[in-house]
Amino acid sequence: MAGRVDALYIFLLIVCGMMTLLIFVCLIYFAARYRYRPGVRAEQIEGSTPLEIVWSTIPFLVFMVIFGWGAVVYFQERTPPRDATEVYVVAKQWMWKLEHAEGQREINELHVPVGQDVKMIMTSQDVIHSFFVPAFRIKQDVLPGRYTVAWFRATKPGVYHLFCAEYCGTQHSGMVGDVVVMEPAQYEAWMNGGSTGPLSATGEKVFAELGCSTCHRADAQGRGPNLQGVFGKPVQLEDGRTLVADENYIRECILDPGAKRVKGFQPIMPTFQGLVSEEQVNALVAYIKSLSPAKPAAAGADKTSASTDANRNSEGSQVE
Amino acid sequence: MANPLPQPVERENYLNKEYGVWSWLLTTDHKRIALLYLLSITFFFFIGGFFALLIRLELLTPAGDLVQADTYNKLFTMHGMVMVFFFLIPSIPAVLGNFLVPLMVGAKDLAFPRINLLSWYLYIIGGVMMLHCMLTGGVDTGWTFYAPFSTAFTNTKIVEAGLAIFVAGFSSILTGLNFVVTIHRMRAPGMTWSRLPLFIWAHYATSIIQLLGTPVIAITIVLVAAERTLHLGIFDPKLGGDPLLFQHLFWFYSHPAVYIMILPAMGVVTEIIACFSRKRIFGYHFVALSSIAIAVFGFLVWAHHMFVAGISIYAALVFSFLSYAVAVPSAIKVFNWTATLYKGSIHYDAPMLYAFGFLGLFTIGGLTGLFLAALGIDVHVTDTYFVVAHFHYIMVGGAVMGYLGGMHFWWPKISGRLYPEGWARLAALIVFIGFNLTFFPQFILGYMGMPRRYYDYSHMPEFQVLNVLSTAGATVLGVGYLLPMIYFLWSMRYGKPAPDNPWNAAGLEWKTTSPPPTFNFEEEPVVTWEAYNYDELDAPHPQEVPVAR
Repeated sequence: MAGRVDALYIFLLIVCGMMTLLIFVCLIYFAARYRYRPGVRAEQIEGSTPLEIVWSTIPFLVFMVIFGWGAVVYFQERTPPRDATEVYVVAKQWMWKLEHAEGQREINELHVPVGQDVKMIMTSQDVIHSFFVPAFRIKQDVLPGRYTVAWFRATKPGVYHLFCAEYCGTQHSGMVGDVVVMEPAQYEAWMNGGSTGPLSATGEKVFAELGCSTCHRADAQGRGPNLQGVFGKPVQLEDGRTLVADENYIRECILDPGAKRVKGFQPIMPTFQGLVSEEQVNALVAYIKSLSPAKPAAAGADKTSASTDANRNSEGSQVE
Repeated sequence: MANPLPQPVERENYLNKEYGVWSWLLTTDHKRIALLYLLSITFFFFIGGFFALLIRLELLTPAGDLVQADTYNKLFTMHGMVMVFFFLIPSIPAVLGNFLVPLMVGAKDLAFPRINLLSWYLYIIGGVMMLHCMLTGGVDTGWTFYAPFSTAFTNTKIVEAGLAIFVAGFSSILTGLNFVVTIHRMRAPGMTWSRLPLFIWAHYATSIIQLLGTPVIAITIVLVAAERTLHLGIFDPKLGGDPLLFQHLFWFYSHPAVYIMILPAMGVVTEIIACFSRKRIFGYHFVALSSIAIAVFGFLVWAHHMFVAGISIYAALVFSFLSYAVAVPSAIKVFNWTATLYKGSIHYDAPMLYAFGFLGLFTIGGLTGLFLAALGIDVHVTDTYFVVAHFHYIMVGGAVMGYLGGMHFWWPKISGRLYPEGWARLAALIVFIGFNLTFFPQFILGYMGMPRRYYDYSHMPEFQVLNVLSTAGATVLGVGYLLPMIYFLWSMRYGKPAPDNPWNAAGLEWKTTSPPPTFNFEEEPVVTWEAYNYDELDAPHPQEVPVAR
């Protein structure tokens, strides 16, 4: 991604450099050539419509090229690959709390393997923050009350700056950390230390503790919708709309269940606003996602954590 | 005319007609009100500049060692608020516009002289509220007031600062209203729309933005205050609000506000370039209409401040496209100014040096805007020093250069005195060099990834070299800004009396005396010529000085 952004940046530097040069050369040449000389009078020129059209159209066309190119890069920046591993990010004044789908938790540090697409599902506990890793050319504001998403693929091992880029109060400039990009084997070793089990398993526990399973049963008999396979699928709402159940929708259903109620169900679910922490919401989302078999790889499959482990081990051994 | 001492018998003019504090505080003369504004905005400019100096000193070293983190956050917040709302927005319109709009259209005063005085009082009330707010604790949200930080988290004086801006906003609205009505209704006989100086066109476009945009920031401030004091859920998600709604409302005004700052400067520079190249402006109608186009398109690009804020990809696409659209009329202006120099007879007096400075800095500021409007690049550089550099190139390199150029150009008319030309040229050079030294390194810092509003960068000491350069530049720039204030004050007492038309410039303001009489013209002027008739002015006697009839 950094390469794509830099390519466009260099293109812009060249184009704008040429425009600057053109204007400055004209300015300086005219300023010198037509400086005041006694007895020489300025030649009055009304203007020239053809010239105006030329110097409106050409810049406009150049702008459109930049616009199009910028849009393409932006689409790539904003569209995480489907098989990316997932990291849940909770920002708060003034730290980054990161939790891998596999269960590792970190503060102000994010360990990732080189060459792996990583998708971050981010929310804030308080004010707006912004997740910014200059080396990867990515930045995304992190908002309270909803998820925003960013992704990257690190191509070189190393330690990179992680900044908060949206002003968030006293210690805004202290809300910095590191993204540690490791060789897959090292990453394996790091991963195997200190995990508390996959995030979806934590979510499953929370799901049971909060009593969600009394209504959201795995058969069609529950008072709430059956959540098996619901993630990523279209949902028909009571008010007639249809939307795709994504992370933000599941989050909203937990915290504001009445807002977008599924067709055919009574508004009996209480809100969990204030009763669950951001981390627990993340775990619940991860759990509900894990109930969706349609999602093939990585985080979607961490319902069967054994298979994920197996994949990881095989990957690790290949590197070894 | 050549007598260096104050003349014992001066013609009666707006300055010597009456004396005493009340003759100023109760005046309805647009020229005196312009001077009241000049004093007040200069005061706020130096307050804002002092904050800037402290910011740059803090950033000299990576560690946060000069002030506390909270103090630093208040410094950049109040620097922004003071400079934007109490200096830049009123600068050219309220000082030069107030002084010149009636003169240029051939009117005795603005359409509503008492409302004009009212706007100054509103500005002062707002200013005093802002000063009180700063002296009793200040604000630490950044001038952008982003919710929910501003509505639920900070414990600084948000409501008071917001009300100060709210009140000052009405001053801006009323000034805009006054200009629109004056330009429509009070033009002298023969002063048709296509004979208006482009300064007037620029102010007309500016006034439209002030009238339509400022109420939106006013209502946004009211909503912030309502959420903060009454806990109405508008922006804070915990109360059921939407933080992005705040950003939409805020930028709906605050992007067009950039054009409130830059359009008048473009108007000033147009006048200066025409005068000092002794030429009519190339493509008059295109320059005039591009001002209107900027004012209209300027209202449709606000969300380009929000490409990483969490808006949809498709919304971002539309706003990126429109941002490129608004770049076209700005480009048209730069090309027309450049073409105006072609086959001119160019003089290098101080105002022209400022105009050249404007052209160079505005070009760089405008072209770096293309980087920020490119979606893929904006993701990386937004909220970094790249943005800081970009908007300072527009607002300081553009607007302040234009303001200073205009002050030099019209100072003989305003004060009736000449300033020392050598010092003025030196100051122009110092400002240009100091400005570039301060802000060019920030483009590089931004692309390297240094986020804005960072008090302490000890985590990334590699940013220090460029920050040191920037701080060094800021001190040079500070000297450059102090100089004009000193020699303008000096000239009021010791400067040579100015002739009525020292530059042999076109425009009705030069056809009356320096300084003008209270009602501007002894006789209502009748206009039979086009703007920028330098051919006629230079034709018979190059030294001809039109005098008041």
